[in-house]
Amino acid sequence: MSEVAIRVENLSKFYRLGYVGASTISDDLQRFWQMNVLGKPDPFLDLAQANARDTKGSDYVWALRDVNFDVQKGEVLGIIGKNGAGKSTLLKILAKVTGPTTGAIKINGRIASLLEVGTGFHPELTGRENIFLNGAVLGMRKAEIKAKFDEIVDFSGVERYIDTPVKRYSSGMYVRLAFAVAAHLEPDILIVDEVLAVGDAEFQKKCIGKIQNVSRNEGRTVLFVSHNMTSIADLCTKCLFMKQGQVLSYDTTSKIVGQYLQDNLNLLNEYNDLVSVPRDNKTYMQRARLLSMEMVQDNYFWKDTPEFQFTVEIIDKNITELEFGFAINGANGSRIFTYESEQAYPCHQGQRLAFRLKLTEPTLVPSRYYLSLGIRSHVNTLDAIENFLSFTILDTDKNGKHFGFTQGPEISGYVDSAVDVTEMHTK
Amino acid sequence: MEQDQHWTSIIKPKSSPFQLNLKEIWEYRDLLVLFVRRDIVATYKQTLLGPLWLIIQPILTSVVYVLVFSGLASIPVDNSDPFLFYLCGTTAWIFFSDCLTKTSSTFVGNASIFGKVYFPRMVVPLSIVLSALFKLGIQLVILFIVMVSMYFFKPAAQIHPNKYIILLPVLVLIMGGLGLGFGIFISSVTTKYRDFTYLVGFGVQLLMFATPVIYPLSEAKKKGVEWLVSINPMSSVIETFRYGLLGNGTYNSTHLIYSFVFMVVFLLASIVIFNKVEKNFMDTV
Repeated sequence: MSEVAIRVENLSKFYRLGYVGASTISDDLQRFWQMNVLGKPDPFLDLAQANARDTKGSDYVWALRDVNFDVQKGEVLGIIGKNGAGKSTLLKILAKVTGPTTGAIKINGRIASLLEVGTGFHPELTGRENIFLNGAVLGMRKAEIKAKFDEIVDFSGVERYIDTPVKRYSSGMYVRLAFAVAAHLEPDILIVDEVLAVGDAEFQKKCIGKIQNVSRNEGRTVLFVSHNMTSIADLCTKCLFMKQGQVLSYDTTSKIVGQYLQDNLNLLNEYNDLVSVPRDNKTYMQRARLLSMEMVQDNYFWKDTPEFQFTVEIIDKNITELEFGFAINGANGSRIFTYESEQAYPCHQGQRLAFRLKLTEPTLVPSRYYLSLGIRSHVNTLDAIENFLSFTILDTDKNGKHFGFTQGPEISGYVDSAVDVTEMHTK
Repeated sequence: MEQDQHWTSIIKPKSSPFQLNLKEIWEYRDLLVLFVRRDIVATYKQTLLGPLWLIIQPILTSVVYVLVFSGLASIPVDNSDPFLFYLCGTTAWIFFSDCLTKTSSTFVGNASIFGKVYFPRMVVPLSIVLSALFKLGIQLVILFIVMVSMYFFKPAAQIHPNKYIILLPVLVLIMGGLGLGFGIFISSVTTKYRDFTYLVGFGVQLLMFATPVIYPLSEAKKKGVEWLVSINPMSSVIETFRYGLLGNGTYNSTHLIYSFVFMVVFLLASIVIFNKVEKNFMDTV
């Protein structure tokens, strides 16, 4: 069995909400009296509730409640969860920025935290001086920084400006330099909080590569918090899913990512009841109607070319042929792509037809997309639904395979691409 | 996994308040040095006169004191030259006041760094005291230069350095310790209640008037407020400082020991509070 790098035992953290200041003095006195004079535990711990952001209640909450887990040496652990799930609190306690209320964390090895890049950068100092300062703040010895100085400068790519005060840097250069220092930390355990959301794409790739390298080749343990499922999926071997201050599950990355998306994003891969979706026009659904729509992929979280299937029911006996239109929209409501069926399909009253659409090439850029669907006979639109299903493309591979998930209707996304649709007529 | 493996460190809710963590601070000595360097280098960046400000500050202050306190208010300064008298007092006072005011914002002023990364928090106030010490060193050199030139060119100034000059390191230690003690105490209490922030600004100014900086202790004695001045631990320090350098004033070993003991006790108490606060201050700051 491999070695445990971090063991978290019954970790809890309790916060008082609202304004911390003069109003807390009576609580402070009461707490002091109970704890130090009467020797009782903190009287306010009992009042604390689970940390649900959207419900009202006691002023005291548990930001973390009885958190237990082990991290094996050399593992890259992703920590995911909604805002307020306790991820940052957990990292802060691990980074020793704040202390736990109860419980303990046992650490085996030198630990360094990267909750922000460029901590301790002084705007008046030059890049060179800041490399040393920032390195020391992160726990490096001066000799260590000196030895890696050239490597750091090289990684950052701001060699030319190294003797210029960092206040003259562009924000991108600043971040590059800051990350370069951080990337050359050599702790046994590295704690990273979403700092990858900086810099241009090329630099982000470099950073992810660096972290991968650190964990795979050098056997270091990494704890990584992010909302970006692509980086989580890329980097992490295991994942911890947190909700309301508690560990919901702890498993392999693919399982947890799927669970997270399902839990948080109103994931849907089928609409069985399109009939109940309100239509824009009263005349719709009278002569023919859209019944259901589903992703052909049976998993919410797919790594394939998105394929949709929808069913239509013919009501009116005068409808003898059917065409359909299909559109992909961006967040701002703009039509990005439309497709009209190449032929009219013969049909008759009471018949149910299923159509299959496959988005082949070209590749969609990572973003969120909305679907609109309509059916018509000759020039009369029989039924149409706008933006009722959305899907998000997270990533694409070289073969043009999409990697993403499907969602119910809401929120946003944008796109710039065209789609080729092949249709299949069944039944 | 039953067998207990070796843990490098354990994070727990509470640690002993008397833990000084000197070992940890030693491990971060490079950071300490870099902070000192940063303070010194960054302060005078983009200024024309640069470190010359270190010299201008005490000189200009003393000139103004000569004009105001000696000229307008006619406060006697025993037998010494007023300029030198004030320069002595100011040099020492600036050190104390720097230590106090700058360390007093340790937590609030560094919340953004402290909130993101851990290092022994004491490194920050210590670095402030060290950079103030560096500044004091330069200002002492200026003081000596002024003294020597006055000694030769203005015999009327009556400069009589004596053996008490060897107490100088002790005096610096007391002043630094007091400044640090008050500073980190205030910094610890301001994490939750900001009231003290407002006190620091004018409090140090007021404290100066309760310290024989602009008047000799003998004057306080004459006016019958000696007790008030004596309970101030800074009084005997400034008085001894001036006595050793100029031979002007008095030396009272009881008072000096009082100051020393006061400094040690207060500093230790402040460190205990500081240690207690540093753990969770991010939640209240």
